Formats: sequence, structure tokens, C-alpha cells
Amino acid sequence: MEKPPIIQVKRLVKRFGLKTVLHGLDFEVQPGEFVALLGPNGAGKTTFLRILASLSRPAMGEVRIVNYRLPQQAAAVRRILGVVSHLPLLYGDLTAEENLHFYGRIYGIPRLERRVQEVLELVGLTARRRDLVRTFSRGMQQRLAIGRAVLHDPEVMLFDEPHTGLDQDACQMLDNVLREVAARGRTVVMTSHDLARAADLASRFDVLSRGRIVASAARSEMTSDQLLGFYRQALQGS
Amino acid sequence: METQKIEKPAPMIETVLSIESPPARAGFLRALGAIIWKDLAAELRSRELLSAMLVFALLVILIFNFALELDAQTRYNVAAGVLWVTFAFAGTLGLNRSMAMEKDRGCLDGLLLAPVDRSAIYFGKMFGNLIFMLLVEVIVLPVYSLLYNVNLFQPGLIVVTLLGSMGYVAVGTLLASMAVQTRTRDILLPILLFPVMIPLFIAAVKASGGFLQGIPMDEIWPWLNLLLVYDVVFIAVAFMVFDYIVEE
Repeated sequence: MEKPPIIQVKRLVKRFGLKTVLHGLDFEVQPGEFVALLGPNGAGKTTFLRILASLSRPAMGEVRIVNYRLPQQAAAVRRILGVVSHLPLLYGDLTAEENLHFYGRIYGIPRLERRVQEVLELVGLTARRRDLVRTFSRGMQQRLAIGRAVLHDPEVMLFDEPHTGLDQDACQMLDNVLREVAARGRTVVMTSHDLARAADLASRFDVLSRGRIVASAARSEMTSDQLLGFYRQALQGS
Repeated sequence: METQKIEKPAPMIETVLSIESPPARAGFLRALGAIIWKDLAAELRSRELLSAMLVFALLVILIFNFALELDAQTRYNVAAGVLWVTFAFAGTLGLNRSMAMEKDRGCLDGLLLAPVDRSAIYFGKMFGNLIFMLLVEVIVLPVYSLLYNVNLFQPGLIVVTLLGSMGYVAVGTLLASMAVQTRTRDILLPILLFPVMIPLFIAAVKASGGFLQGIPMDEIWPWLNLLLVYDVVFIAVAFMVFDYIVEE
């Protein structure tokens, strides 16, 4: 029997003034899935992810994560969400350790000292734990951003173009962390422009165009080479 | 409605976490404390905010000192006005910088993602700004006393300074969190802030002037009451609307 979806979105509409960005979007994710949300610039990927993260209010429609409704039960949703965007969400004038301590205190994480050390180890920043974040390279900041996002051990992780601005080595390292996250059974939704990377990581591809999901396919249904064709066809048909 | 049960997967890291929802008040106070600590720790490192506010405030009172060649009585008469102009302009610098720090690297989103009542974020920022404002005032007041030969160390004046500063940062923090989301945040904040602050400035200047000139308390009380009511009303308004201001 199919499990109930962990994320369920029905007829989602989002407007900024007179401009409608999401037009009745429907979306479902099963527990443990790794969904790559693909689409051109301006398709509404970031807006959609911000609504899932409770950073933006929908104009209409229904959004449920686990069994909590947004925006009514936003605080409960935020407890089970980890969010990584192309910005690190970290304070440059605090050290790596202090940043994690700060977020850990806000989340009310027990045995915080130990937890922070484990997270720093996971993202490979133990040696730089006492350095100010503003001295970190973009890749190191992004690794620490992932550490911040997994600090409270969330069940659902949202990644908004996490590879933006990273060099090849940093991308590789980020991919390894993403695989680790997925291997440990976390549900992941990641927006990306990079089809090759999405093909490598995700278990499902959804194409978002003009505020709607226009195509969806499981990784098992196609090879990496077929993904580009699938993506182009989805955009042409939208 | 049936409760959906989703098995939580094995922990990402070896430590088994048991992050249960803490009592709402405990979570609120913890977040409040963490935000104040973070603001102070970051400022201790960078010293950007305090140094900018302080240098600006000292320059303003120095310029007024040279611009207005005043006799002893007039000095007492204008002291309150000069002081509050100084606090208002220096405070705007601090408020802008304090919220800009949250906007850099998307930190405001990081705070908004926390599973706490968002008013804790507002109050955390507000108390952080109040501490910076009071630190600047603690340095500016003695310097002003020396430059203008005016005794500012009167309990009544200190109460007015506290009440005025509280109202100023209450409104300023709210409007700064609105302005920071626009491209023109540096110029937008004073344009939004100063008209709303007019009742507070009038009350603060009148009450401060009253204490400096030795006016009877009967005449000062209405201004003190106005300050108090202003603080209570705007803190309550900010508590209610902050969530809507910061969310898209």
C-alpha cells in the first residue's frame, strides 16, 4: 500500500501584486523521495519552496507537510523542516561554532555542545570551527549552511539551488552531503537548473513552468541522457 | 480527521535527538536571549554599529556646539532639543545597520525558519537595539554635559531618556524590518520612521526640557504619560503585526 504523502499541495496560487506566480499548482512527495524541481528562471521554483518553508503566504490553495497545514501550523512545520538556499543564512561576524550554537539554542536542541561537534564533523569543518564565517570560502559557507539545516535532524529538507556559485570541488562535496542526507531516509525537494546534477541525485523529476507542474517522471523511467529530452518536451508542451 | 503517521527515519547523526516542543514561554525566552546574545557577540567583533552611532552622535553635538553660540540660560533651553535630534539621527544609523546584518547572507530567513513565535525575533532585535542605543546615550550624555556646561544627571531626565529610547527602538525595529526588504532601505527608514515618531519626540523634548529647566512636576506628568502610552501602544502594535511584515 502506498504511504500517505509527506508533502501535499493542492491548487496553490501565489500572487505578488497583480502578477500571479503560481497558478493552481498541485504537488505531492512521498516520504524518503528526492525530488528535483526543474524549470527555467521565473518559473516560480523559489517562490514555491519559500511557501513550503513557511516564509511566504499562499494566496489560495492547500499546503500540508506531514499533517500540518500552512500557514496555520507554521511553527510545527518549521520544526520538521531543514532549508538550504543559495544564501548561507549564517552570520559572518560569528564563528562556525557560534552560528550553530545560536541556531541550536533557538531550536531548543538538547545536548547542544555534542550535537554541534557532530554536525561540524559531518560537514568537515571541525578544524575551522573557531574561524569567523566571513573568512570562509563560498563552498565552506554552503557546507556550514547544510550543517545548520540538519542541526535539528529535520525529516524534510528543502534545497533552493544549493550549487549556485560553487566551484567544481565544492559542488562535488555538496553532492556527497546531499547523497548522505537522502541515504538516511530524509525527504528532499531540491530546485535546480543543472539537469546533469539533478539526474545524478534525484529519484524523481518535476518540471515547473509558468507556475504549474507540467511534467513529472521517476528516475527509474529514464536514463540520464533522456532527461534533457524530457525537460525540453515538458517546457514546449507547457 | 485521521492523524497521519509517518515514521521518522533513523537520525542523520549518531546522537539520538529528542527535540520535543518546549513550553511556549520557555521557547520564547530562549529565542529572545539567543538573539540578544548573537547581536552583542557580532557587534563585539565588528564594532560597526556602535562606532558609527557614537561617532555620528558626537559629531552632531560638536557641530551644534559650534553652530549655536549660546548663553547659559539658552543652553538649558535648547539642550533637550539638541539631545533628541542627536539620538534620533544616531539611532537611525543603528537600526539600519542592525537589520542590514540580518539581510546579509539571508540571516533574516534563518531566523524566520526557527520554530518559535516570531514576536520573539522582534523582541530580541528590539532589546538588542535598545542596548546599543542606551550605550551610545551613556557616552553622549556626559560629553554633552561637558561641552555645554549643562547638568544632565537628573533622575527625571534619565527616566525620560529610557522611555523615549524604548519607544524609539520599538517603532524603529518594526519599520526597519519593513524597510530592509526594499532596495532603498537606507533612505526609506527615516522617511517612514520620523513622522511616526513625532508624538514621541514632542513628549520627550518637552519632558526633558521640563526637568532641565526645573518646571513643576504637574506640568511634566502629561508628557511622561504620553511617552508611556506611546511605548505601550507601539510595542503592542509591533507584537501583533511583525509576523505579517516579515512574511511575503
